[in-house]
Amino acid sequence: MSGLPSSLANAPLRVVDGFGMAVRAACRCLAPRDAGELAELLARATREGMSVAFRGSGRSYGDPAINASGLVIDTTGMNRILSWDPTTGVVDVEPGVTIEGLWRRTLPDGFWPAVVPGTMAPTLAGCAAMNVHGKNNFKVGPTGDHVLEFDLAAPDGRTYTCSRDQNEDVFHAAIGGFGALGAFTRLRLRLKHVESGLLEVEAIRNRTLEEAFDIFEQRLPAADYLVGWIDGTASGRSLGRGVIHQANYLTADRDPEGPAKTLRIARQDLPSTILGFPRSLVWHFMAPFMTAPGLWWLNTAKYFASYLSRPGRKYLQSHAAFAFLLDYVPNWRLAYGRAGFIQYQPFVPHGAARRVFREILERCRARGTPPYLVVLKRHRPDPFLLTHGLDGWSLAMDFPARQREQLWALCHELTEIVVAAGGKFYFAKDAVLRPTDVERAFGRDRLDRFFAVKRRLDPQGLIRSDLMRRVLPA
Amino acid sequence: MSPTWQRAIVVGASSGIGEAIARRLAALGTRVALVARREAELSRVAGEIAKAGGKAEVFVHDVADFDATSALFDRIVATLGGLDLLVYAAGVMPAVEESEWAFTKDRQMIEVNLLGAMAWCNPAGARFEAARGGTIVGISSIAGERGRRGAPAYGASKAGLTSYLESLRNRLGRYGVSVTTVKPGFVDTAMTKGKPGLFWLVSPDRVAARALGWAGRGCTGGFVPARWGLVAFILKLIPSFVFRRLNF
Repeated sequence: MSGLPSSLANAPLRVVDGFGMAVRAACRCLAPRDAGELAELLARATREGMSVAFRGSGRSYGDPAINASGLVIDTTGMNRILSWDPTTGVVDVEPGVTIEGLWRRTLPDGFWPAVVPGTMAPTLAGCAAMNVHGKNNFKVGPTGDHVLEFDLAAPDGRTYTCSRDQNEDVFHAAIGGFGALGAFTRLRLRLKHVESGLLEVEAIRNRTLEEAFDIFEQRLPAADYLVGWIDGTASGRSLGRGVIHQANYLTADRDPEGPAKTLRIARQDLPSTILGFPRSLVWHFMAPFMTAPGLWWLNTAKYFASYLSRPGRKYLQSHAAFAFLLDYVPNWRLAYGRAGFIQYQPFVPHGAARRVFREILERCRARGTPPYLVVLKRHRPDPFLLTHGLDGWSLAMDFPARQREQLWALCHELTEIVVAAGGKFYFAKDAVLRPTDVERAFGRDRLDRFFAVKRRLDPQGLIRSDLMRRVLPA
Repeated sequence: MSPTWQRAIVVGASSGIGEAIARRLAALGTRVALVARREAELSRVAGEIAKAGGKAEVFVHDVADFDATSALFDRIVATLGGLDLLVYAAGVMPAVEESEWAFTKDRQMIEVNLLGAMAWCNPAGARFEAARGGTIVGISSIAGERGRRGAPAYGASKAGLTSYLESLRNRLGRYGVSVTTVKPGFVDTAMTKGKPGLFWLVSPDRVAARALGWAGRGCTGGFVPARWGLVAFILKLIPSFVFRRLNF
């Protein structure tokens, strides 16, 4: 940021969207280069009474990093790794360091981020603010469980150093607090020691939804990562069919290439072509399939392709190749067209998940709106105030947003089912929840405790993203 | 009948084409924000619109005060409860003698006729892009078609405005936003009063009618009266070395 404008109202305008492109707004955007500039921006915004939201890589699917008519503070320029201890695996980073930036620095020393989502693009501040989880949530919890300490610049002009022992209420509210309390200016995380740059992966076909749950239950104790792809277009007896992938860390002695080679960055690079086409062009070929018949064909082909591999066959894959499926096809979101898409991801307690997810998939079919991509995961509870984590399961579903009213109505129907079952939602993915949904899902008590912290750190209510306006207008 | 646009901003609404457009919009049922420098004139227009049963709000603003534009735009949008149409009709053409080289006047024309348009179209364009819809109307001029010896800065400001609006149209069209460029010839307004050599003079109301007609149909715009289109076509065909010898 080279010099502030005379008034924040004159900051450069940008049309900022959610990753799903279904929500967007014109916002004023400024990008501080360090914590000092960020604090100065917060002070200016306070003086001028301009609302603020924070934005990292913009990978949240909905509106937490959008602030219509207000100021969006882009933290991607604050992207230095402040310290790295390869003996303990503890790293101090600025908020704009991405997952990619982190693992590229630490993997050669034998450390991998303990939690990664399906893309390496998000910033670590974004991961902490949304309390992002990965395919190993059932085993290691979300990002917040691996944050040791952070500094949070709040609108009250103070910077709070928070950990499990210091300002612990802020610690547990800011992680998963979608940036509503302040901006992370430093994060200290502990990374996972890995002996090899490879994972041992096995694909297991499930013919029904019940079978998917059964396989998960059977595999969970021994798996490091477990994720299920579900054919969202299948129905009847095939409802919920799909392919589950289990991955386990490889010990050094079982690494056929040797850790010295597999821990190198070059060994982790994703392929530059897919079926002979440059990766960057592949989304153009996907676009014609983004219709109900096209997706039926793709899902069916993907499911039956699993018959080509021998049951029980295990293969080796790099950490990046297994973890970052969403990065294989750059700009894949554009294949959905200008209307974009949303992801709806309910989290449902263990005892109700089988029934609820069956009902959800059946309801989608009944409404003529099958999800284009469905992913099943197992989760565990965590101690953060507005967490989506619970002892249960999640079903992430991508829907094109072409018929917006119909889609929103369907999501509200599904929300009723989820909330009635004691379920929760994930703010990194949400674009459709209403205030009453959030109150019922998270409970008034938790919201009151969250707002008590917010009133202390942000007495003027300066931080107001479009997500906050939509789901927490109070 | 519901109006094409529910909420509109007209910049330069205190007189001339801007005033005529504001009156027509209000008559259609559009809630109009009147923006201009002269408060008394704005109040007069607003009062007459109200008397005729329309809705208009007054916002006093100098379009060359660029630092104030963005905040005022937000305030107006909040007051109107949204925005469907922006009309930029502010313009100045101070008398410039052929022997005169007055940078102050040149700067004023560029600031009011061109930079002011950019200052208003930027927030409107961003808002319309995000909303996937909206209409922008800019009042340019036949004077922007060729560089005439009598009005270098005025011609440059209108040529710049025409080109800028075309770029906006190309940029925003894919988001469902239409941009209309209106290029009148001589219009019977205070700006042209007393100027020699005027012909094919049209009333501001006629320009307003054509402008809103084009904008309502999502047209790119055109000349008023239409015969100026033929003149512009011919003028553009004249080679520069010939054009410089003509008495324009």
